[in-house]
Amino acid sequence: MKKLAFLNNSLTNRNAKNGSVFLLIFLLTACGQPSQQTKQQDLNKTYPSQAGGTLIDAMLGEPSSLISMIAGEAPSSAITANIFNKLLKYNKNLDLEGELVTGWQVSADQKTITFKLKPNLKWADGKPLTSADVLWTWQAVTADKNGSPYASDFQLVKKAEAPDALTFSVTYSEPYAPALDSWAGLQVLPKHLLEGKDLHTTAFARKPVGSSYYQLDNWSTGENIKLSRNPSSVLGQANIDHLVSRIIPDTSAQFLELMAGNIDSMSLDPTQFSRIVPARPQLNEKLNLYKELGSGYTYMGFNLKHKPFDDVRVRQAINYAIDKQEIIDGVYLGLGINIASPYKPGTRWSNPDLQPYPYNPTKAKALLKEAGFVANSNGILERDGKPLTFEIITNQNKEREKSAVLIQRRLKSVGIDAKIRAIEWASFISRFIKTGDFDVVVLGWSLGLDPDQYSIWHSSQQGGDKFNFIGYGNPVVDKLLEQGRTELDPDKRQKIYHEFAKVLLEDSPVIYLSAGYGLSAIHKRVKGIANPIPPAGVGFESEKWYIPEPLRRNEMTAN
Amino acid sequence: MLSYIIKRTLWMIPLLIGISLISFFIMHLAPGDITNNEASFNPKTSAESRQKLRELYNLDKPVIVQYSLWMKRMVTLDFGNSFASHRKPVFWQTTDKDGNVTKGMIQEALPITLLINMIGLALTLVLAIPIGIIAARKHMRWQDQSITLFNFIGFSIPGFWLSLMLMYWLGVANNWLPISGIHSLNYESLSTFGKMKDLLSHLFMPVIIPSVTGLASITLFVKSGMLDVLHQDYITTARAKGLNENKVVYTHALRNALLPLITIVGLSIPGLIGGSVISEQIFAIPGMGKLFYGAVMARDFPVVMGILTIGSALTLIGNLIADIAYAWADPRVRRGVVRG
Repeated sequence: MKKLAFLNNSLTNRNAKNGSVFLLIFLLTACGQPSQQTKQQDLNKTYPSQAGGTLIDAMLGEPSSLISMIAGEAPSSAITANIFNKLLKYNKNLDLEGELVTGWQVSADQKTITFKLKPNLKWADGKPLTSADVLWTWQAVTADKNGSPYASDFQLVKKAEAPDALTFSVTYSEPYAPALDSWAGLQVLPKHLLEGKDLHTTAFARKPVGSSYYQLDNWSTGENIKLSRNPSSVLGQANIDHLVSRIIPDTSAQFLELMAGNIDSMSLDPTQFSRIVPARPQLNEKLNLYKELGSGYTYMGFNLKHKPFDDVRVRQAINYAIDKQEIIDGVYLGLGINIASPYKPGTRWSNPDLQPYPYNPTKAKALLKEAGFVANSNGILERDGKPLTFEIITNQNKEREKSAVLIQRRLKSVGIDAKIRAIEWASFISRFIKTGDFDVVVLGWSLGLDPDQYSIWHSSQQGGDKFNFIGYGNPVVDKLLEQGRTELDPDKRQKIYHEFAKVLLEDSPVIYLSAGYGLSAIHKRVKGIANPIPPAGVGFESEKWYIPEPLRRNEMTAN
Repeated sequence: MLSYIIKRTLWMIPLLIGISLISFFIMHLAPGDITNNEASFNPKTSAESRQKLRELYNLDKPVIVQYSLWMKRMVTLDFGNSFASHRKPVFWQTTDKDGNVTKGMIQEALPITLLINMIGLALTLVLAIPIGIIAARKHMRWQDQSITLFNFIGFSIPGFWLSLMLMYWLGVANNWLPISGIHSLNYESLSTFGKMKDLLSHLFMPVIIPSVTGLASITLFVKSGMLDVLHQDYITTARAKGLNENKVVYTHALRNALLPLITIVGLSIPGLIGGSVISEQIFAIPGMGKLFYGAVMARDFPVVMGILTIGSALTLIGNLIADIAYAWADPRVRRGVVRG
């Protein structure tokens, strides 16, 4: 999850203008053919691994700060993942292993975790990296004045200690299962450079000193961020000398840069992935396409505080009335899968026994009839004189709007009248979601690797600014979520979350529409990409990627 | 004349305060604040941290209190620090006690937008004036009609579409021009001449496209001004006394025909600092348009207010300059001004 961390965000944030790229390509194929590259390169030959070269990718947004615990946004994490290290990391098969630590121990009462740091760790400026830095980082992330958005996981730590330079231990007041995952997410910062500084204003955020494969070379505001190899990286040396992330806010422009070979990788949308690239031999020749299932999904959620969505029969009926495969095929061009639990299919947390609700309008009608709805003179169902009509709201996201249109049509055919409204993000959240002033919402969650979803489904997380805005409350689910948070044994935990997903599916507080694939293209000059894609994703161990000398660009020799 | 200028300048102060008040309240009418961005919609983040952020930036206070806090800073010309971008200064750079300079956001974005817009405006004028004159002289003939047709096409082509077309044609299909950005990645290592060439090649499309699409209105102004003047008696007189047609058009008619243009140019001064959102977005140019759009979307109030304040001050100054220039160019106006 290094360079390509940005790929996972591709599905949620897409530009509306890609259709026009598609159009203009048809219009312009007559105008000119791509110029032949002067240097003949054989992209398909195998080359031995070698160091050097520059990898250029593109980001939609610019980081606000390179202290990601403060910035809290995707572009910042994408860059800092190359600069800083964490205590733990996920390996190829998504199991945890040590990054800065040789190992860790969980105490018998499961409340204390003791990490042993690797010896002789150094920051890029030569100063030693010790447990004092880790302790300071924990203090920084939990400090009130820093207001880190990720503080909550770390505030559960009752006591943190660094008894010697290589030992760091944390004690929770009760066992906390997502603890290890949280330590695999916290980037360790250098105490000697940041102590006593205000993390919100420090110049460090624009010229950080880290310990990982790369260090910051140059940051041109609004243009690009250049990283170069950190000669004293604690993890050994990466192959590629320079990483450049260009800031190109428009996906169509990014795609044109990719076509011209000026950037090496970007995330694609379904149209680019399955229509534009395969249809053009010149692109096929030089790009490798990758698709991987992300840990996120798109859903349609009901406001359970509003009638008639408090009636499980109505929710199930609507679930049966929607053809999910139609949305996957029509909106995502087949690049998604139908899911039955809020976990990535194929992982241990996803319950293989559950089946998604099939498309079954007859059953939907029967359930609605059972719930007391009868058709009125306009063909709309009604109960006690109230027609079954509601508004589906979503943010301005092309895929979600299209999904809503397909849903609207299917609902119409069982006698439900749905209207659609797309709203700009900040208004959407503050005016509708936070106030609970909505009926039905089409949205998506992008999730982490830990199965804990307490903040989304637990009844204590309703209302205000919290994430259970649909108002879901089920004592059984509450109990399971609480158990899942305190159970450290993976097998027992797996049972808990399988049960949780089963109850959730039965209750149908949301309708899973699709788990979309993260789609990306990487130029064939980049070699050494794990094949087949490991569960950890395309970007896994990107430090082993290399660009053979004959395939490098002519420019960019200098910096 | 001088007292007129002083009076006009003093009038700008209450106007500016009024504008800032209205913009501040309108900005706060839009739902949401800095904590409602898409990144914070992450189940790993907590509601408490968002509330803390709100308190930190005084967003929990009534709007009128927030306005007075802002006004208090503005009196000392302190534009404040951005909420969203690591508290960067909104307007001008600051130096911390270790000597680290943090550049201001407007300071970084303004030069590039000014450069693009000034070249663009100059180009538009250079093209629009001769085209307008030709259209007026060949009124209702094929030259005029084809110019009108061209103008209509230019006016109605969506800018972003034309941009993407040209980006594909000039950058992908033919490797003639860079596609996006304002510098090549190896810009720093280029010679002075190389740097200039690099910058110009990056600016070519962002400058040309708004110029072509903006040509229509200026051409029409020149044409209609010219037509008005050419039908006046003193032109007939000039022609009657046997003056050569070029002299009639370029010496006698043109000067009067260009008068309305002064107003247009004066009014476009504030436009010079407000970059085009769409073209800056497509061409990945870190200019004012992108800055403003990003700030509005992120509800980054200090940045929005900073740009609006500078923009409205420049609009007022632009109006003033246009009036003064008009008075200087047209004796009829001058006499009116002095009398008033």
